Amino acid sequence: MTAELADLVALAKEGDQQAFEELVRRTYSDSYTLALRLTGDEDDARDVVQESYLRAYRGLKRFRGDAQFTTWLYRITANCAANQLRRRTRHRHEELDEDSGPVMDADHDPAVLADAADLRARVEGALALLPPRLRAVVVLRDVYDLPHEAIAAELGISESAAKVRLHRARRKLRSEVFPGREDEQDEEQAHAV
Amino acid sequence: MLCDDIGEVLAATADGSVSLDDAARRHVEQCLRCQAELVQYRKLLRTLRTLRTEVLEPAPGLLAEILAQVEAAGERHAVRSLLSGRRVAYLGGLAAATAAGAGAAIVLTTRSRKARLPLAG
Repeated sequence: MTAELADLVALAKEGDQQAFEELVRRTYSDSYTLALRLTGDEDDARDVVQESYLRAYRGLKRFRGDAQFTTWLYRITANCAANQLRRRTRHRHEELDEDSGPVMDADHDPAVLADAADLRARVEGALALLPPRLRAVVVLRDVYDLPHEAIAAELGISESAAKVRLHRARRKLRSEVFPGREDEQDEEQAHAV
Repeated sequence: MLCDDIGEVLAATADGSVSLDDAARRHVEQCLRCQAELVQYRKLLRTLRTLRTEVLEPAPGLLAEILAQVEAAGERHAVRSLLSGRRVAYLGGLAAATAAGAGAAIVLTTRSRKARLPLAG
């Protein structure tokens, strides 16, 4: 599969339009999944994916092939999603403070918590509740395994800021997915100061 | 050592990017709260990794929209290439015509000088 993608990339770099379209066919659902996880909005995700493939098409000759094509595409998608979220923030004046957000209506039954499928659903629910700038970092690092350096570059932040956001995102996820820590509120407040 | 001191690095420990020093390790071995937190982070990170294989299918029409945009971009690129190619060909032709004209002028000048020489003698 990877070798086939590499072949298609090589052809597309030489100007083969059909090869690029085949690359789109094979990867667009995956790109859409990432875009949706980053933006949390279907319309935004569609815009992000379209913009990502346009940029990939225009920049394909600069793709050196030292990373996988999909990783390169993830980075473009992450960058487009970050831009989309900035535009959305400007237009909708959305509150992005990481201490905001609704409280998850969680089921505290330990037996249910132990169920893997349910855990996955909980994690997805908690991800959706994260502020976009925290969600972006944790999705790119912990789901798509992008290095801190790449995440920082595509989101337009410093590497240390990316690490701080990752830490905050993981803490918030853990407290949403595994509720019940009485001292969590105190800890959150202490760190917010 | 306090739980809060270790809480900062427990998630990083769970993903393997950081190792606890001896003091922190001793604390975790004796602290049920930190042990529980570490287990929770491991479960959380393991579950997040499983999301990588999940594909969320977009509503119909997205593929067609992307392909149409790429095709349009490809056509614009082709037109630009064609125009820049024609421009190069035009400038090349102009340069060749200029060179040919200059060459012809030199030849004519040389011939006319040669033709005048016998008369001068």
